[in-house]
Amino acid sequence: MGAVDLLFVILSYAATLLFLGGLAWRIYRYARVPAPLKIPTMPAPTSRAGVVARMAREVVLFESLFKGQKWTWLFGWVFHAALALVLARHLRYFTEPVWGWVVLIQPFGKYAGLAMLAGLAGLWIRRLAVERVRYITGPSDHLILALLVAIGLTGAATRFAARTDIVAFKAFVLGLLRLDPQPIPHDPLVMAHLLLVLVLMAVFPFSKLLHAPGVFFSPTRNQVDDARERRHLAPWAAALEQSR
Amino acid sequence: MADFETPALREYPDEIPPLRPGATAHVRPFPAAPAHQEPLGFPGELVEDWQARALEKMGDLLGKYRSLQVFLDACVRCGACTDKCHYFLGTQDPRNMPVARQDLMRSVYRRHFTLGGKIAPALVGARELDREMLDQWYTYFHQCSQCRRCSVFCPYGIDTAEISMAAREIMDHVGQGQKYCNEIIAKVHKIGNNLGLPGPALEDTLEGLEEEVKEDTGVDVRFPLDVEGAEVLLVTPSADFFAEPHVEGLIGYAKVFHQAGISWTLSTYASEAANFGMFIGSYENMRRIALRIRKAAQDLGVKRIVFGECGHAWRVAYSFLNTLAGPWDFLDKRYPVPQHMCEVTYDLIRRGALNLDPSANDHMTVTFHDSCNVARASRMGDMPGGQFHIPREVIKASVNKFVEMDPATTMERTFCCGGGGGLLTDDLMEIRVKGALPRMQALKEVVEREGVTHMAAICAICKSQFTKVLPYYDLPMDMIVSVHQLVSNAIQLGTKE
Repeated sequence: MGAVDLLFVILSYAATLLFLGGLAWRIYRYARVPAPLKIPTMPAPTSRAGVVARMAREVVLFESLFKGQKWTWLFGWVFHAALALVLARHLRYFTEPVWGWVVLIQPFGKYAGLAMLAGLAGLWIRRLAVERVRYITGPSDHLILALLVAIGLTGAATRFAARTDIVAFKAFVLGLLRLDPQPIPHDPLVMAHLLLVLVLMAVFPFSKLLHAPGVFFSPTRNQVDDARERRHLAPWAAALEQSR
Repeated sequence: MADFETPALREYPDEIPPLRPGATAHVRPFPAAPAHQEPLGFPGELVEDWQARALEKMGDLLGKYRSLQVFLDACVRCGACTDKCHYFLGTQDPRNMPVARQDLMRSVYRRHFTLGGKIAPALVGARELDREMLDQWYTYFHQCSQCRRCSVFCPYGIDTAEISMAAREIMDHVGQGQKYCNEIIAKVHKIGNNLGLPGPALEDTLEGLEEEVKEDTGVDVRFPLDVEGAEVLLVTPSADFFAEPHVEGLIGYAKVFHQAGISWTLSTYASEAANFGMFIGSYENMRRIALRIRKAAQDLGVKRIVFGECGHAWRVAYSFLNTLAGPWDFLDKRYPVPQHMCEVTYDLIRRGALNLDPSANDHMTVTFHDSCNVARASRMGDMPGGQFHIPREVIKASVNKFVEMDPATTMERTFCCGGGGGLLTDDLMEIRVKGALPRMQALKEVVEREGVTHMAAICAICKSQFTKVLPYYDLPMDMIVSVHQLVSNAIQLGTKE
């Protein structure tokens, strides 16, 4: 364990703590702030099961975005679906023995990395080429795209350009999980890839990436259309009733 | 006509127009005077320490409304909403793109309530709430009609209406209110309706209507007021008492009740269905107005509450009334509380209780404008989408020639008339006319292709707005009609009752 190894261990733990702690803090906030009025975007489901189905279509298929913008939907959906596969593929670094289904998806996950980059490229081009989207784009939007593209490129390079010693890398990850730190392979690509991922994790709870937990708490999407049947009284609104 | 150019109708189907930054930066409503502010519990004019108090109110709202908290965090600026707002399409001002409108508040939120905005404001677009920003809030949060069209297409369901309501609430709390809304709310609190129409005047008006219907039909159709023990309390927008074509709708309701043999009454105390408390995002004001309806229902001992044709009123009624003024356990449990007049008429039609002759409307080819608040913020009947189906069924039972406009402009995708959300005032005429553009384009298309002569609506604001803006687009002002006006024409009095 050299100084560089130690640095990566510390950064890994710090980023993970920020990610989990920050996310928990936001989710706690979203869950605690009441939604005092029924505001589902209609037509809305009239049952809890219907809401679960609506949310599933939203999260898995990006239903509303599909209604709104076909190109953004295509690039956005390809990026997210590919990202999901890539993340699942990375589970092999965290589990010993590797789960059966994770082994099964390995060949697909490999190309998903490229699909992810293609989706990101499409989204970035839209940001630059469409006047309206360019108008609403700020520096942080470009930075997050740059970060994701850099993660994708370094990740793909470890697979397609300069093959990495994944056995040693897995030992490093398992070492973190078991609180028994191991050295990281001194491969610039792997170190860059990991570093960028850690940056992404650290900024996640403080950036627009909060759309991921946010969508589940969006009252226009997660409320049941039953306002005439059920009173829906927030605690602070109930307090007003005292004066009635 | 006012000093601005009516936008040219573009080729159909429409293209998304290029941006014209600052195109409507000069359009803002008259500010509220102390006399309009104070009855609502707001400071009369901009307070000394307005910035601190605005931020304090913003923090308060972030803790009270999950919508606001989640919506300010979740936007990724994907752009799906950018071409969805009628005010953007009509003005080309990029600040009227929903995301850009939201960003006026989001940038302040970032600066004062997030880590990123405190550490690196320039990077995340965080901005101070300074005088310039407050002026932009006042301008552009009064160029939003809270129609929720953007929320249909947002992958996170972000609803700009929630943000513009919060912004108006914050501005009211520092003394920067809007005259039109606040003056009207004060009238409801004091007199019971938006027009400030006192009881005796209302009684006169209703007597006049009875005479008019008697003259036209020879039948004694009653317009009862403050009748204790009536079955139904009808709460309707006060425009229905005399504005055209609203009053034709009121005559339609009366004829429906008459033929069905349902006893009903209006109330002088709750003589208003509209609830402008929603437009200014004030739960307290909205609740005070809603409680008038509860009191009227209790005092008159009615069994049912029915709402007349009004878009945002139906949103407050359908989605909020139970919460604000319920529970309604003293009413007849066999009926939903409240009911929409279209639901009542539709049920009666299905039961064969009304005798309608659609050929009475053969001089019309009718299309239907879905009002935004009915379409995207409420329901009718017991199935999702009943708010689209039921008014159409009522129209089709009353009219032989019915035509739909482009589906990209109806039902959940309907365009606002351009006058909703507290914008129905002459000082905002420019934004009203420009915001009507998408609806006017779709309407003109069916006028030319299908020979449409009339457009029916179920919202008092839509009716007033279209009466005013149709002429700007070279369409006759009287082509806008009430849905129950069609029923009124078709109903064969004296054949059932």
